[in-house]
Amino acid sequence: MEKIKLSNKDRMKIPRHDMPEQEPAVRAQNFLEVPLGFTPETAMEEADRCLQCKNPKCVAGCPVNVKIPDFIFHVAMGNFSLAAQTLKETNALPAVCGRVCPQEDQCEAVCVIGGKNEPVAIGRLERFVADWERASGVVTIPPIPAATGKKVAIIGAGPAGLTCAGDLAKKGHDVTIYEALHKAGGVLVYGIPEFRLPKNIVDAEVDYLRKLGVKIECDFVVGMTRTIDELMEEDGFDAVFIGSGAGLPYFMGIPGENLNGVYSANEFLTRVNLMKGFVFPNLSDTPVPMATHVAVIGGGNTAMDSARTAKRLPWTEKVSIVYRRSLAEMPARKEEIHHGEQEGVEFLLLTNPTKFVGAEGWLTGMECQRMELGEPDASGRRKPVPVKGSEFILEVGAAIIAIGNGSNPLINKTTPGLTTNKYGNIIADGFGKTSREGVWAGGDIVIGAATVIKAMGAGKEAAASIDEYLRSK
Amino acid sequence: MFTILEKNDLAAKVYRYVINAPNVARKAKAGQFVILRLIDDGERIPITLADWDPISGTITLYVQAIGKTTTIMSQMKAGDALLDVVGPLGIPSHVEKGKTLVALGGGFGIAAIHPIVRAHKRIGNRTISIIGARSKELLIMEDEMRAASDEVRIATDDGSCGTKGFVTTILKKMLTTHEAMDVVLAIGPVVMMKAVAELTRASDVETLVSLNPIMMDGTGMCGACRVMVGDSVQFACVDGPEFDAHKVDFDLLVARQKMYSPQEKLSMEIFDKLCKAQEQRETAAW
Repeated sequence: MEKIKLSNKDRMKIPRHDMPEQEPAVRAQNFLEVPLGFTPETAMEEADRCLQCKNPKCVAGCPVNVKIPDFIFHVAMGNFSLAAQTLKETNALPAVCGRVCPQEDQCEAVCVIGGKNEPVAIGRLERFVADWERASGVVTIPPIPAATGKKVAIIGAGPAGLTCAGDLAKKGHDVTIYEALHKAGGVLVYGIPEFRLPKNIVDAEVDYLRKLGVKIECDFVVGMTRTIDELMEEDGFDAVFIGSGAGLPYFMGIPGENLNGVYSANEFLTRVNLMKGFVFPNLSDTPVPMATHVAVIGGGNTAMDSARTAKRLPWTEKVSIVYRRSLAEMPARKEEIHHGEQEGVEFLLLTNPTKFVGAEGWLTGMECQRMELGEPDASGRRKPVPVKGSEFILEVGAAIIAIGNGSNPLINKTTPGLTTNKYGNIIADGFGKTSREGVWAGGDIVIGAATVIKAMGAGKEAAASIDEYLRSK
Repeated sequence: MFTILEKNDLAAKVYRYVINAPNVARKAKAGQFVILRLIDDGERIPITLADWDPISGTITLYVQAIGKTTTIMSQMKAGDALLDVVGPLGIPSHVEKGKTLVALGGGFGIAAIHPIVRAHKRIGNRTISIIGARSKELLIMEDEMRAASDEVRIATDDGSCGTKGFVTTILKKMLTTHEAMDVVLAIGPVVMMKAVAELTRASDVETLVSLNPIMMDGTGMCGACRVMVGDSVQFACVDGPEFDAHKVDFDLLVARQKMYSPQEKLSMEIFDKLCKAQEQRETAAW
C-alpha cells in the first residue's frame, strides 16, 4: 500500500490527467462519444491527486452532495465497486452526471488544490466509476426497506423525476413515473446528443431505477391521459412530484419564422436524438433537415449541442453559430464551445438575426445585423446594441433557434390550485412543496431552463420532503 | 400492448382499425387525437380519433396509406400490436347546446367529424353532415354518419352518389337559400377547408376547422406544428387542433405540410424497393 504514504506535496505534484478524445476531424463525421474515458491506471493516478480534505468543499459544491473524497479514496485504492456504491448513495445517475455536469462551476470550482494547480478531475472520475460498474455487469442494488404502502406518482422521466423516483423507491415507497414520450430519460434522451451522452448509458441508468422497484409508464401525458386530481383521488396516489421540464420552445418573433427550414432546437434535437434522424432514411423513419449550411441561433449549451449535431449530419458542410454577444458572455460550457471550435463550427459573434428570408415557402437565408456591446443589462452582461447599416444576408438552408424554453402549460392548466409565476413556472419552496397539498415540483418547471444536475438536486430535495410527509401521514 | 383488435379494408387505401388503448379510451373527447408509433425507430404520426369505447378500452382510427408509416400500418393485421399510442391530445371540441351544426367531412376527414357531430346530437343540437368522396365506392362511414347526425347529405365528384360536385357545392347552396346554421365545422384536405372558410366568411357563420400539420411530440414541446391564426403563432397540438377557419393561414399550412416531402419520397422509394425484393424472395421460395 505504497500509495497511502504519498504526502500532500507529492499529490499536488501529479498533473491533472487529460481526457482522451476522438480526433476532431474524425468525430465531426460520426455520432460516437467524443471523450473516450479514463483507463483504470489513469483513474487511480488521478484519484491520488485528491488531498482527502477533512472538510471537503467539493461535497457542498455538488447539488446532490456526492461523497466525493470517499468515492475518490476507493478509486485510488483500486476498489471501483465500492466507489460505485458510494456514488450511488447520493446520485442515482452517476454515468450521466460524470458526462454532462458543469463540474468547473460546481465541485471542481471549489476543490482546494484548484487555486495553484488544476482541480481534481472529479467529473472524469465519476464517469470512470459509473462506466466501470456498468461494464462489469455486476450492479449492486442497495437493500430496500419493507414497503411503506404509500404510492407516489412522478410526472416526467427526466433528471428531476428519475432522481426523485430513485430516492423514494430506496425508502420503500411504491413509485410510478409517468412519461409523455415513448422513452424514459427526458432531456437526456431527446435533447443531449448521442456523442455527448450515449443513449445506452441513459437506458442502463433507467434500468437501475427499475431494479430499485420504480415502475415507468411511457406514452402517458399527465394533464391529458390523466390529471393530477385523478391520480390522487381515483388512482390512490398519496403524493405527486412534477418534473415536467421546460418544454415550450421560445421563438424569435421575427418575420419569416414559419418558413420551412426554421426549427426550434427542441424539434431539431428530438428528431436527431430521440427519433434517431441521423440514420434516416435507412434505419429511422424520422426525417431531419438536409441543408448544406445550417445556422444555429443562441449561445447556450443547447445551441452548442445543435451546432455539433448539425455538423455531424452527412449532408451538412457548414454550421454557423449566430450569437448577439461576444464569446465572453456565452453561457455555454467552455468545454462545449471548445469542442465546437475544434469540430469546425463557425462562430458569428456580435451578430443578431432580424429576418428569415425565403422563396416559395423555403428558407434561403437570414438577414443579420452586427452588434456592439454597450452598458451591462439586468443579467450583468454587456447589452448588445445594433450597429446601424450593418445588415447582411447569411445564406442558409436551415436555421435552428436555441434561445431557451419557457414552461409547458399542460399541467398548470389542468391542475386547479397550483400556483405559478408570471412565466408559468410552478411556485415551490426550497423543498419543492407547491401550493397544493401532497404535490411537489422541481427542476426546469420550477426554476426555468437550467442544468441536469440542478434538476437532480431539486428531485432529491423533494424526495426527502415527500418521504417525511408520507411518514407523518 | 396496443393490439389491433379489428382491421377493415375500406376504400382507396383507407383502413379502419380498432385498437386496444384503455388509457386513451377512458379520457377521449370529441375532437381529440392520438400520436402513434408503430415500430422501433418508426416516426410519430398524429391521427384524429374517430371513435372510442371506455368500457372495452378501445379506440377506432381511420388511416389512409400514403407514406411509409401509414403503408406499414396498412400491412399490419388484427392481432399485431403498435408500439405506442399516446393521448388523448389536443383541446376537445367545444360543444354547446342550442346550436345547429353543419359538419363537412372530405375523404377520411369524415372520420374526424364523426365524434364531434355525435357529441352535438347527443345534447340535442340539430346536426347536418355533408360528406363527400371522389365516387360512391370511396365514401366511408356513411352508416356511422347517419347514426350520428339528424341528416346526411352526400357529394361525389362523379355524381355516383348524392350531389355531383364537392361538399362545398352543397354548403354553397345552403348558404344561398339561407338554411339555418349556427356553426360550420370542416375537416378534410386543406384545399377543402380553405374553400369552406371562403364560403362562410361573407355570411359570418362561426366556422371551425381541425388542422393537421406535421407533429412530433404532441405536447407543445417541439413547435413543429405551428400555424398562424390571425396574428398569433399557435401550436396545433396544444392550442388546437380546432381553430377559427376565418383566421387560419391555410397557404402557410399547405407549405409547412410539404416540409419533408423530398425526404418522405426518398423514404418511400427505399421502402418500395424493400417490399418488392421481399415479394420476389417469397415468390422464388414458393
